[in-house]
Amino acid sequence: MRAVTPVITSFALSLLAAIVFGGPVAAETTTLRMTWYSDGNEGEVMADLLKRFHEQNKEIDIVLDQVPYKAVNETLPVQLASGQGPDMARVVDMGGLSRFALDMRPFLRDPGYWETNFGPFLEWMRPAGDTTAIPGFMTQLTVTGPFVNKTLFEQAGVAMPGEKSSWEDWAKAVKQVADKVQVPFPLGLDRSGHRFYALAVSQGTKVFGANGEPEVVDEGFKRAAQLVYDWHKSGVMSKELWGSVSGTAYRGANDEFKNAQVVMYLSGSWQISQFAKTIGDAFDWVAIPNPCGPGGCSSMPGGAGLIAFKTTQHPKEVARVMEYLASEPVLAEFYSRSLFVPGHLGLAKKGIDYPTASPEAAAALKVFTASAAQISPIAYRIQGYSNSRIILNAVISRLGQAVSGETTLEDAYKRITADVAQQIAERNKK
Amino acid sequence: MRGMQRLIGVRRMAYMFLLPNFVFFGLFVFLPIGINVVFSVTGGTALFPSQRPYVGGEQFAYLFDCGSYLDPASCREDHFWRGVANTAKFIVFQVTAMVLFSLVTALILNMKIRGRGFFRAVYFFPVLLSPVVVALIWKWILQRDGLLNAAITTLGGQKILFFVDPGWAMFWAVFVSVWAHMGFYTLILLAGLQAIPADLYEAAEMDATPRWRVLTYITLPLLWPNMIVVIVLALIKGAQTFDEVFVLTGGGPGTATLMIVQYIYETAFSSQVQNFGLAAAASVVLGAVLFVLTLLQFAAARRKEV
Repeated sequence: MRAVTPVITSFALSLLAAIVFGGPVAAETTTLRMTWYSDGNEGEVMADLLKRFHEQNKEIDIVLDQVPYKAVNETLPVQLASGQGPDMARVVDMGGLSRFALDMRPFLRDPGYWETNFGPFLEWMRPAGDTTAIPGFMTQLTVTGPFVNKTLFEQAGVAMPGEKSSWEDWAKAVKQVADKVQVPFPLGLDRSGHRFYALAVSQGTKVFGANGEPEVVDEGFKRAAQLVYDWHKSGVMSKELWGSVSGTAYRGANDEFKNAQVVMYLSGSWQISQFAKTIGDAFDWVAIPNPCGPGGCSSMPGGAGLIAFKTTQHPKEVARVMEYLASEPVLAEFYSRSLFVPGHLGLAKKGIDYPTASPEAAAALKVFTASAAQISPIAYRIQGYSNSRIILNAVISRLGQAVSGETTLEDAYKRITADVAQQIAERNKK
Repeated sequence: MRGMQRLIGVRRMAYMFLLPNFVFFGLFVFLPIGINVVFSVTGGTALFPSQRPYVGGEQFAYLFDCGSYLDPASCREDHFWRGVANTAKFIVFQVTAMVLFSLVTALILNMKIRGRGFFRAVYFFPVLLSPVVVALIWKWILQRDGLLNAAITTLGGQKILFFVDPGWAMFWAVFVSVWAHMGFYTLILLAGLQAIPADLYEAAEMDATPRWRVLTYITLPLLWPNMIVVIVLALIKGAQTFDEVFVLTGGGPGTATLMIVQYIYETAFSSQVQNFGLAAAASVVLGAVLFVLTLLQFAAARRKEV
């Protein structure tokens, strides 16, 4: 009996252990994939938030695939078209990918919350003609605008143009500064169609004709294109940005700005976090409201949305993750830690605290938040148009050729019109 | 194995051994080529051939719609023709430079000089590098604040914006390509040089034949089959050029260094409407050119065997 007792005891203990510890293991874990790109520290913040979500929801595991921005623009569409995409992704071309987006309404506890807080931005994510779908939310609202190296202005002894100054005033001032302090980039303007339209809208472009179809090359557009062209001729803009690559390639001047080689840099609010981190106290920089033209002083709105895709095998779980991330306290923390302008109307109204922001970053956030309130309806319309990327890409590709001296502006105008028509026709082929 | 050989015969057994590789090539080479051809005669943006509308030769007609094929600006799809013109220009300069430099280097490395093994390794080393690494190294050297401009300014010169001037951009594209691949062609020519019988040179020496006559009457004629291989391989490689130039210049300034493969890549993947049909049609055209070049290579190789 003595010999049998330990055997019975150990068997009983093993059985108990199997029941106690084996129970949770039996519960199935759903793994979701989220594709993500970062401009600053937002990838780290998102990873942290997802970790906390998983701690509260052990049955859902989210793999965060952090990829370059280029991969989101070029690889993701192919992945989605082949049905092999992730469950969620942070994307910029929301209109272009809207045909792959999941309408989460049946899975959301409170679709009204989404309508109330993300309403205007949901239109950017919906397929043409759809007025009700809820595919995701804005991880950030971006506003284009210039950053100015204040130290260079001070060193040159040139006064910074005041509020509501024109693009021409700024061009003149930054050229004076650059000549005096010998920096190679008086005005840096990202080689991006989106950035070009911050200038074009201020010059009065309308983009769409009376029938609602794109009529890209109008008088306002020509004024903006002429400015870019002339600035390259006169040395206000260096050819190294617009004239050193081809096609639709993006070329930013953030590295040059960080190295104090740019007097004024037209980019946008998404750069704040990295400038705060990398410039430190090397020089003083400020964000200023968009300069003005005959069409006003509007910035271009934009941003990145976290979108759920209909190819997911787990729409319920995806909606749970999205609900968590889009909830007010979580999203407030996300915007606050990543120094982003909120893309959530409720939070925008209440205001976000940025306790980690440096004085320069806090001031820049204030300027961009104020700029967001003055965005022209035309700028919103371009951003929300599902074929907007076709227009933006055609513009930089052809203007780039004109800037590098390969074609004339007149030829560039004709090509832009033809490119846009051809690509929209191709997209509409069924 | 012996049982199977008895069953199907010795000759058929050879096919059995070829079969696995044939299946592999079929799946990963011939099937994609077939799909590419299907894409070239269909339109739209769908990824699956079954969802793409048949458009016949429309994509080819669009590509070849030109006022004059010698003037890319007169073509509807001017970027394609700019890519063709740039690739042709690149091939002419690159192949000429490649053959000349490889030949001279091979002739020198074939001589009994001190440190010959070391120099052979040095010239071959860039071949081992990835094209992207090669381009990044040279970009680092050639950019505004790169090593070369640092040297120029130290010597009192002005910085040169190599990637802004179309002429310089093409020059460096050719230079970097020659630098990166020259070792491979040098090796082929070196092998050819070493295969030339030594007694021919001994006889020439006994006759006190001048060196240039030895070169033109013995070395070059006997090296000619290797030269043909080098030329044809360099031509094929030149037509396929993409990664090095793309990383180095991005195809710019404007479209000054946009190559045909970059055009295909951008049309299919990085333009907003991912125009697979047009890119596939351009691939078919490029494929046809490469096919002709490959036939030339086979013919050259056959001549060498004879």
